[in-house]
Amino acid sequence: MTDQDFVNSGVDRTLTKSSNLDQQDSAPSLRVALNGKTLSYKVSSGRTFYGLMARDLRVLSKNLGEFASRTAMQPFLFVFVFAYLFPKIGQGFSGSVGRNISFATILVPGLVGVAATMSGIMAVGLPLAIDLGVTKEIEDRAMAPVPVWLIGLEKIVFGAIQSLISALIVFPLVILIPSTPVQVHVANWPLLILVIFLACLISGAFGLTLGSMVQPVKIGLMFSLLVLPLTMLGCIYYPWSSLSSVRWLQIAVLINPMVYVSEGLRDVLTPALPHMAVWAFLMALIITAAVLLFAGLKLFTRRVMS
Amino acid sequence: MKEKVLQVVDLVKTYTGLRPVHAVRGISFDVMKGEIFGLLGPNGAGKTTTVGIATTRVVPTSGTVLVDSVNAISDPQNAKMRMGVVTQFNTLDRSLNVRENLFYHCRYFGYSSKEAKARADELLELFQLTDKVKAKPIDLSGGLAQRVQLARAIAHYPKLLFLDEPTAGLDPQSRLALWEVVKVLQEQGVTVILTTHYMEEADVLCDRVAIVDYGKILKVDTPENLKKSLGASTFLDLKFVETTADDLSKIEAMDEVMEVEQLTDRVRISLKDSNSVAIVIQKAVTMGLKDVSIIEPTLESVFIKLTGRELRD
Ligand SMILES: Nc1ncnc2c1ncn2[C@@H]1O[C@H](COP(=O)(O)OP(=O)(O)OP(=O)(O)O)[C@@H](O)[C@H]1O
Ligand SMILES: [Mg+2]
Repeated sequence: MTDQDFVNSGVDRTLTKSSNLDQQDSAPSLRVALNGKTLSYKVSSGRTFYGLMARDLRVLSKNLGEFASRTAMQPFLFVFVFAYLFPKIGQGFSGSVGRNISFATILVPGLVGVAATMSGIMAVGLPLAIDLGVTKEIEDRAMAPVPVWLIGLEKIVFGAIQSLISALIVFPLVILIPSTPVQVHVANWPLLILVIFLACLISGAFGLTLGSMVQPVKIGLMFSLLVLPLTMLGCIYYPWSSLSSVRWLQIAVLINPMVYVSEGLRDVLTPALPHMAVWAFLMALIITAAVLLFAGLKLFTRRVMS
Repeated sequence: MKEKVLQVVDLVKTYTGLRPVHAVRGISFDVMKGEIFGLLGPNGAGKTTTVGIATTRVVPTSGTVLVDSVNAISDPQNAKMRMGVVTQFNTLDRSLNVRENLFYHCRYFGYSSKEAKARADELLELFQLTDKVKAKPIDLSGGLAQRVQLARAIAHYPKLLFLDEPTAGLDPQSRLALWEVVKVLQEQGVTVILTTHYMEEADVLCDRVAIVDYGKILKVDTPENLKKSLGASTFLDLKFVETTADDLSKIEAMDEVMEVEQLTDRVRISLKDSNSVAIVIQKAVTMGLKDVSIIEPTLESVFIKLTGRELRD
């Protein structure tokens, strides 16, 4: 209906249909706006959180195919070329890992970890940067009756959920596609769950931090300056211990949180591989998660409330 | 004594930065229950900033806002429950269709899925959007998008509705339609605060208007009183066959006339009393009056009088 029709048909008639009812006091639910009602209901933050989450999941479900193929494409091609094709055509990597462990095995924790970490960053960071910087759609959610940081926390949790889904999509790929044997063995389930939980949390919080910080026009720059080094120098394609021959790099990469995700997963998924001590990666993961959580929520709140 | 639903006290906002911007420099006003209250001012006057602070999205440098007696600055959560906002720019959720925009807004306000569905459908009906249920926000015309935003803003039964330049950029038809809706909402007990730099909107729609400029309120009153405050209730533009200096001084000498101003092809006089139009015209006819037009003062003229500048549009 156009605005012309809208005027012609008479707003009054339709809207006052409800005010007539008001007078009869028979159908309060039909009132367009009723003052008394606001005072009587109280919204629990949990319900609002759930509503925000429902919205994000709805949007995700609309783009699920797109999301899955985007998540799967890079690791699929990577495993296909390096763990399926290369062994077949006789080309290969000769790492210092030794112990007859295939490159495919090294890739399992690395690719699962990078998929999980990047997924949350992308899922939260990109849309948020555009939202805060251009479209301002977030304003409606900012008016929800909860503290603003809770709206940010929902974004983190949502990012973490996408991270988990990504990990679950990539895992079968990296196990099934390689043409050489893959040695995966989970000895410590609680530790596996803890590492994955921390990785997903870091991913979501990282996304919130970047999304709240980066101007939309700088997104391209952010990727080349941050995401690529994070990946290439994140001990994804090689275990951290094998960097010992390039000692300065081995120390330098320790500022990269991706390293601890990879090494953590290496410990819980492929214990046959050399990996960092449990206390070391756990502590690093926990500190990283805490810092990013705090920074993300703080920056987000500051962006929403100028 | 009417209930105050919004109290704004000594609001100051300075945006810090390399060059600090004093967007709001001490604004105070009260809005009574059931009123349509207008903030009228030119670009950059600080209207959006004032609304932003009242709706908890901008942190004030100093000052207080009470929304239905709830302090919006120290207790934003409770204050937000009582307010609905239509922001200056379209903030509909582009990833959702029209119905989902309403549905999820209700969810944010704690509605269950079932309640939210019912409320969304009811709003679609009331705002005559039933044929746009599945439409994407980017495909809506300006007027329609604004209608959806309005429906969304009142979905949770707010006591107070903020409309920031609700008709900026709309065609006259849509503007009229929106005014209608706002009036109906008022009839139903909603208190409305709207900002505008469109003086006709303030005049037609608002019960009281605050004239804002450079972060300050210059005057608050009903549109009628504001216009009366100019000192003259009515202007007359008189065209004579020939205007002589003698005629001019005769006009100036009339009891009913307050001021005389000679324009290129006519004489503009302001009357002390709008009831004396006929008397003045009668006298003017004897001087060879050719044409006459009556000009009611507008808020535009009030603004010019107060600031020496035009409001512009
Ligand atoms: N986030 C911000 N940071 C810095 N300055 C700002 C910010 N928001 C607004 N301003 C400045 O504050 C002043 C008041 O802006 P505001 O948006 O409140 O005016 P307005 O009356 O709503 O004007 P308009 O008709 O353009 O909407 C302007 O000079 C504007 O440039
Ligand atoms: Mg504005």
